[in-house]
Amino acid sequence: MNFLLTIKIAIRGLLSNKIRALLTTLGVIIGVSGIIVIVSVGNGAESLIVNQITSVGTNLIGVLPGGSEEGEPPSALFGIVITTLKSDDVLALKDIPGVVAVSGYNNTVEPIVYQNQSVESTINGVFASYPEVEDALVEKGRFFTEAEDSSLAKVVVLGHVIAQDLFGDQDPIGKQIKIHNHSFRVIGVFEERGVSGFSNDDSNVYIPSQTMHKLVLGINHIAMARIKVDTADNVAPALEEVKAILRSRHGITDPSNDDFTARSQAQGLSTLSNVTGSIKLFLAAIAAIALIVGGIGIMNVMYIAVTERINEIGLRKAIGAKRKDILSQFLTEAVVITAIGGFVGIAIGVMVSFAIATVIQYLGYSWDFIVTADSILYASAIIMGIGIVFGYAPAKKAAELTAIAALRYE
Amino acid sequence: MLLQTKGIIKNYITGDIETKVLKGVDIEVKKGEFVALMGHSGSGKSTLMHILGMLDKQTDGQYIFDGEDTSKFDEDELAEIRNKKIGFVFQAFNLLPRTSAIENVRLPMMYAGEKEDYQIKRATELLEKVGLGHRLNNLSNELSGGEQQRVAVARALANKPSLILADEPTGNLDGASTNEIMELFDQLHKEDHTILIVTHEDDVAAHADRIIWMKDGLVSKRKK
Ligand SMILES: Nc1ncnc2c1ncn2[C@@H]1O[C@H](COP(=O)(O)OP(=O)(O)OP(=O)(O)O)[C@@H](O)[C@H]1O
Ligand SMILES: [Mg+2]
Repeated sequence: MNFLLTIKIAIRGLLSNKIRALLTTLGVIIGVSGIIVIVSVGNGAESLIVNQITSVGTNLIGVLPGGSEEGEPPSALFGIVITTLKSDDVLALKDIPGVVAVSGYNNTVEPIVYQNQSVESTINGVFASYPEVEDALVEKGRFFTEAEDSSLAKVVVLGHVIAQDLFGDQDPIGKQIKIHNHSFRVIGVFEERGVSGFSNDDSNVYIPSQTMHKLVLGINHIAMARIKVDTADNVAPALEEVKAILRSRHGITDPSNDDFTARSQAQGLSTLSNVTGSIKLFLAAIAAIALIVGGIGIMNVMYIAVTERINEIGLRKAIGAKRKDILSQFLTEAVVITAIGGFVGIAIGVMVSFAIATVIQYLGYSWDFIVTADSILYASAIIMGIGIVFGYAPAKKAAELTAIAALRYE
Repeated sequence: MLLQTKGIIKNYITGDIETKVLKGVDIEVKKGEFVALMGHSGSGKSTLMHILGMLDKQTDGQYIFDGEDTSKFDEDELAEIRNKKIGFVFQAFNLLPRTSAIENVRLPMMYAGEKEDYQIKRATELLEKVGLGHRLNNLSNELSGGEQQRVAVARALANKPSLILADEPTGNLDGASTNEIMELFDQLHKEDHTILIVTHEDDVAAHADRIIWMKDGLVSKRKK
């Protein structure tokens, strides 16, 4: 049987009832465009996270309180407060060979008051070596010292944007601002660092870690630490040393009892891609359900088509169509309908992904528009598969009809 | 002898009721004969024709076509015999919808696996033969009833069949169209085709060499 002609007749059939064709293919269109968008947005989100981490600087080791399984996110990432990591633990890591600088981190969101204006901001309590760890440059004034940190000095360094917001054209250096009802002296302003991923460092303020602990939060633990290593080659040995020191300080002999999670940036990246990978999988499962619903729509319409065209089937059998001819004809039609829906879906999916990427890029994030040839190839294969799987039962029904039953049917 | 039936019986069972439609039909048709099958409505003409065309199977009795007992063939083998050796013209619903005249005529050749060049050449010739050389690419719904039946005749001839079966081919046509179709059958008869035509019209039956009369599922004695 002539394949092209079968396709031609199937398309004519579709065009003869455009509304039905649209409704039939809608499920497939939604499912396929959903998959394309999800994969693209997943890749974009991954690029955003990766860009964020790499923008922090290379050769970093991160330490979070609380243990975790290899390759999985530590519980501290989910907002569980663990108090086992102390400032002294972090300071003890300073002397590891290859380590350039260390800093502990705590943060809180509170209003910052200058004269009669008040601005919500993220207040970071960090060590004096924070600028070295983060490769951040102070543009005006200076960063605070270790001595200021240990003496609970009430000094603050501002991000570029918040300095603008609060002081405009005035020079902020030497001005007093209120944080948590304490008066802080502005001693420096960072140069602009740009939006990186989810956080905007330019809108944050930075105060000494001890001041943060004692005067603002009333705690004595560190929420996160970062260790800057001089070269990439030194990262792995330094990481081992970090773990050894923390274990000995916390009296841990069995690594499976670790009360901290120390990872290099490379490991952190793979952990994050595990997380985004499972999110993508979950979303893809939803799209797959949409596709199955679309497939059932196809099956439904093909059953209707078989009944509607039963005389046609009889006629074809009368003039010599064998079972396999009828089977392949209806299968081809199911695949053609699915394919049309599928390719419309791919087109819509690509356009929507592009629109999302454009909007997010416009908002200043480093979000990549990624639609891979792979995802289109997979989508096409899935479309064909759906056409065949859901078209088979109706096509089989058509093929099994006897010539006379089909001819005499009314 | 092209075909021969011996004691063909056809019963239908609907629920508990058994309808005896054919009650032992014996007929013979020779090669090159033009035979009309007549009889009252419900006498079993279409039923017999479907069995002769191997679209349906008899309940009992023997049907020998081209020297072979047809009961030994399976569904796909029967499809192949219908494709190669029998050409059908039905009363209604003869052409595929949304399909052009030439595509309809090509259909049996496609199922026979003929080459595309040959299909197009032969379909064009046949449509010219039935006087539709100017309607090759019209879709079936763009043709008049008479034209549609002529396309059906062209299609029936596609694979050079040994037997042409026509069930009331003029049943839905007016006088002029009926005459055109019957002229075609006369011509085919002259070309030595074997034709069996079911009809209610004496004018139509008059074109045949002989008439087989059916009454209540049996061949009756009445002659032309
Ligand atoms: N599938 C079936 N089930 C039950 N009875 C059937 C079936 N098909 C046909 N019949 C019966 O068989 C009888 C003969 O039908 P058939 O179609 O052969 O008649 P016909 O001679 O062609 O009549 P007409 O001239 O009206 O076309 C009718 O009484 C009909 O009701
Ligand atoms: Mg009849």
